[in-house]
Amino acid sequence: MARITAGVGCSHVPAIGAAMDLGKTGEPYWAPCFAGFEKSREWIKEADPDVVFLVYNDHCTVFDASFIPTFALGCAAEFAPADEGWGPRPVPVVRNHQVMASHVAQSLILDEFDITIMNEMEVDHGLTVPLSLMFGNLGVDDEWPCLVIPLCVNVVQYPAPTGNRCYNLGKAIRRAVESFDEDLNVVIFGTGGMSHQLQYKRAGLINKEWDIQFMDRLTSDPVGLSQTPHVEYLREAGSEGVELVMWHIMRGALDDEVEEVHRHYHVPASNTAVGHIILANKKDLGVSI
Amino acid sequence: MALKKDYEDIPGTLVFDADRGREGYHLNQFCISLRLQKNRDAFNADEGAYLDRYPMTAEQRQAVVDRDWNRLLELGGNIYYTSKLGANDGITFQQLAGLMTGMGNEAYRKMMVEGGRSPEGNRYQHEWDEEGET
Repeated sequence: MARITAGVGCSHVPAIGAAMDLGKTGEPYWAPCFAGFEKSREWIKEADPDVVFLVYNDHCTVFDASFIPTFALGCAAEFAPADEGWGPRPVPVVRNHQVMASHVAQSLILDEFDITIMNEMEVDHGLTVPLSLMFGNLGVDDEWPCLVIPLCVNVVQYPAPTGNRCYNLGKAIRRAVESFDEDLNVVIFGTGGMSHQLQYKRAGLINKEWDIQFMDRLTSDPVGLSQTPHVEYLREAGSEGVELVMWHIMRGALDDEVEEVHRHYHVPASNTAVGHIILANKKDLGVSI
Repeated sequence: MALKKDYEDIPGTLVFDADRGREGYHLNQFCISLRLQKNRDAFNADEGAYLDRYPMTAEQRQAVVDRDWNRLLELGGNIYYTSKLGANDGITFQQLAGLMTGMGNEAYRKMMVEGGRSPEGNRYQHEWDEEGET
């Protein structure tokens, strides 16, 4: 059967993608941000996932204001990087495990998570930046080293789904994955955050103390953390900090007992606090299928 | 009974909720159209004719023409949408933040490099009122 063995939390700031695409990662502004991902790249090479289940939000690229699904699962064979106004990122096309994605879609709906099924979809920086951070610089003629199942979560128009709903969706994703017959090693990514506010007069808010407690509690108190009310994200972590609800989906899909393998925190990337964590199920530490 | 908006007392923050989504719909759809080069070309060739395609309010249209970034948000715009108008003009997210905060690009960038805007004194509207900020 397929199994989720580890989770990755990761910011997806567009400027990080631009810095990689433009060869700026060694510049003094960017070097400390990228240094924290060197260990992550070694880790994921060792973990060698067959499939990454990638939870992210679309930034009005596929879903403009005309339709706003709360949860949308990518079921197409592949997903091209989208033009977000500066031309598409020069990274590989993202390939799906399409059979598994349709299995997950069916399982989730019967499990009472009424997701939207996407049979045509481009992907924006929300999905490609975490892949680039974890797998390094790859060009349009390369291939990502694993298949990717995208799950988009609405966090642009308030309200995003609650942390509790997200945590429970993670549990349902786990049930879906474990009922898939093929022996596959799956790593789940929860992306976005950490504290940041891009808009209006309070733009630039960063709350390191709050971000650190969020990362601490992913291991020590994940259920309590998932009960964080939306207004706390908005007030303490900035209007765009509410993206962090997506990390609860990742956390919910893991065992109750996890070990923190790696953590990185850096301010700033453009307007944002970059947070990154790798959590592995204790029983899966060092195990690959 | 009205829904409780417990986020309305956060200073300097406009939460893009369902009401703002309704008010800003045509404005945001205009902005997002600029994601594509062919639309940017058409807009830049004749802003007025292009704006005629979107039934936004006169105030919203004027805020677009004026590139009044805060006014666009007050009238129902969302930053992920208005940033496409910014990108069309060659303005990055960070430069937009410099404009929206009134700090200017250099001071804003310096604040971010030094760790960002502290939450201290920036959580509740009354904290700003006492400081004489708006």
